[in-house]
Amino acid sequence: MGSDAPPIIQVSDVTVGYDHHIVLKDVTFEVRAGEVFCILGGSGCGKSTLLKHMIGLHRPMAGSILVDGTDIVTAEGEERRALLGRIGVAYQNGALFGSMSLIENICMVLEEFTSLPRQAMQAIARMKMKVVGLQDAGDRMPSELSGGMRKRAAIARALALDPKILFLDEPSAGLDPITAAQLDELIVELSQTLRITFVIVTHELASIFAVADRVIMLDKERQTIIARGSPEELRDRSDDPWVRQFFHRQSSSA
Amino acid sequence: MADSGTATLDYEPLAEGGLRLVLKGTLNAAGIQQLWRQAMRQVAQSDPAALEIDARGVESLDAAGMALLLELKAQQEQRRQDFRIRGLRDDLSDLMKLFDPGPPAPPKPGPGLLVRFVHRVGEISHGVLVGFHTQVNFLGEIFVRLLSVLVRPSRLRWADTFLIAEKAGANAVGIVALMGFLIGLILAFQSAIGMRKFGAEIYVADLVVLVLFRELGPLITAFILTSRSGSAFAAELGTMKVNEEVDALVTMGVDPVQFLALPRLVAAICVMPLLTLFNELFGLIGCGLVMRSFGFPVATYIDQIQEAASLGDLFGGLAKTFVFGGLIAGIGCLRGLQTGKSPSAVGDSATRAVVSGIVAIVVVDGVFAVMYYYLGI
Ligand SMILES: Nc1ncnc2c1ncn2[C@@H]1O[C@H](COP(=O)(O)OP(=O)(O)O)[C@@H](O)[C@H]1O
Ligand SMILES: [Mg+2]
Repeated sequence: MGSDAPPIIQVSDVTVGYDHHIVLKDVTFEVRAGEVFCILGGSGCGKSTLLKHMIGLHRPMAGSILVDGTDIVTAEGEERRALLGRIGVAYQNGALFGSMSLIENICMVLEEFTSLPRQAMQAIARMKMKVVGLQDAGDRMPSELSGGMRKRAAIARALALDPKILFLDEPSAGLDPITAAQLDELIVELSQTLRITFVIVTHELASIFAVADRVIMLDKERQTIIARGSPEELRDRSDDPWVRQFFHRQSSSA
Repeated sequence: MADSGTATLDYEPLAEGGLRLVLKGTLNAAGIQQLWRQAMRQVAQSDPAALEIDARGVESLDAAGMALLLELKAQQEQRRQDFRIRGLRDDLSDLMKLFDPGPPAPPKPGPGLLVRFVHRVGEISHGVLVGFHTQVNFLGEIFVRLLSVLVRPSRLRWADTFLIAEKAGANAVGIVALMGFLIGLILAFQSAIGMRKFGAEIYVADLVVLVLFRELGPLITAFILTSRSGSAFAAELGTMKVNEEVDALVTMGVDPVQFLALPRLVAAICVMPLLTLFNELFGLIGCGLVMRSFGFPVATYIDQIQEAASLGDLFGGLAKTFVFGGLIAGIGCLRGLQTGKSPSAVGDSATRAVVSGIVAIVVVDGVFAVMYYYLGI
């Protein structure tokens, strides 16, 4: 799907890092509207860092990042806010607000971007909870949830504003295989029914083949993208020893 | 042969300055204990051109035994001299290959002591200056937000603010009152020692009330608020930072300073003067108790206080507490938002919030003292 759709995110010659140490250099890729795009790589190679730059939390050291027509690096004020209203983010460990129930967590986002009556917000929040299968957990606090529920709640909150693009940081990490598979199904379903573009950081081979249209693979030593294409292409045709090891070692054990 | 569980060491010189160590028995942690020093000393003393380990008698080898062999090997390699192991059973020698970390990296020639010292001093001073700069910046920024709240009060999260004020203020009344009472009591007793020489015990009241109103009341209350709430603010915001909740706020278009820091700032500024009043009231009660024990009637004591302290003293002290409250909350929140990623980061932030909070309070108190001196308050 979306193989010749227009690009919705364009990352051009981007260098990212912290203070004076560089994590990734000269990274260029684009994400097409409607596709499920995965960022792969070993731990500590800069996947989360890249993701956080794509959503404008940090400024890249060089290069430009265009998200849905807006330069997220330079956008400020209303323009930036409008863009933030069109994207949703589910963080690696959920990042739900611990002092609020799940419904309140979702309402908070709505409060910030809309001026709907309270009742309407709660109704919307309950709908989002239903989408991720948590319709009965709305009044629970984040600390009372299992890991899988927390990840799904984070996705529900990310869906609050009907985003065009959803960023997920390791959605299935630390989940048992069955819960992880359910999460993959949810992603595919959302992608097909709501036509949301997904950018997913992951290193679960099973979920890459289940959801991804295209992937890029990062490497810690080389500090850049070492492979790109569909998961099948990478598995069958890559010459890079690292990529081969990633796809073959894991797939034999999966 | 050696008993199981023990190891023995013998050595014999070889031709051309070589040395052979004959190891036998069970080379495990228990067996190695005395052998280690013995072997190291022997090798160090004879500094052999070639070291040969005769391991034919080694029955088993665990991590400690391997460590001995590998350490000897590393030392020889470092001195660029020969090392070989003879007769070690194949399975044991395979095991050892698995663990051999190879020659240690040679220590890099660092800069000299003086250069390192100067470098370090420069680094620390730079850190302090940058830290001071961000602190002042942040406090300035948050102060501007505070003014904007005065213009549009609806922008503050009042429910949160009340909750925080309750935790930082109402829940601290007990400790603040207790500290005030004890300080008043102690201060009265200590100053009575000197005053008694002149038969001037009645002036103990003057001294205590002035010191309490002008300095100790605000300071002690500020220290209590720093250690109770400044650290709590830093830990709360630090935990949110580590959990990426702060990032989540930003991507929701919510300004973390507005959302998290401002309610804490307003709450701290509101509770600080009230707590200080409690502290001073109980300090006076403590002092009164001592005066009573010297035989002064309560009415005399109250008269004396009224005579000694003016409203200027009281309000001059209270004026400082607004600033202290703002400092405590501002620094606590800044430290929280600066929290890093390591497991100890939240604890470090809390510590730093208390330390910089106390330093800032004392420095600002000094500034006030100079200012009041020139204003004649
Ligand atoms: N806030 C930060 N400050 C400094 N260094 C960081 C920070 N976050 C991550 N890093 C470093 O950047 C590198 C990439 O981290 P990250 O993007 O979290 O990796 P991944 O998500 O791929 O596991 C790591 O070396 C990590 O130590
Ligand atoms: Mg990560």
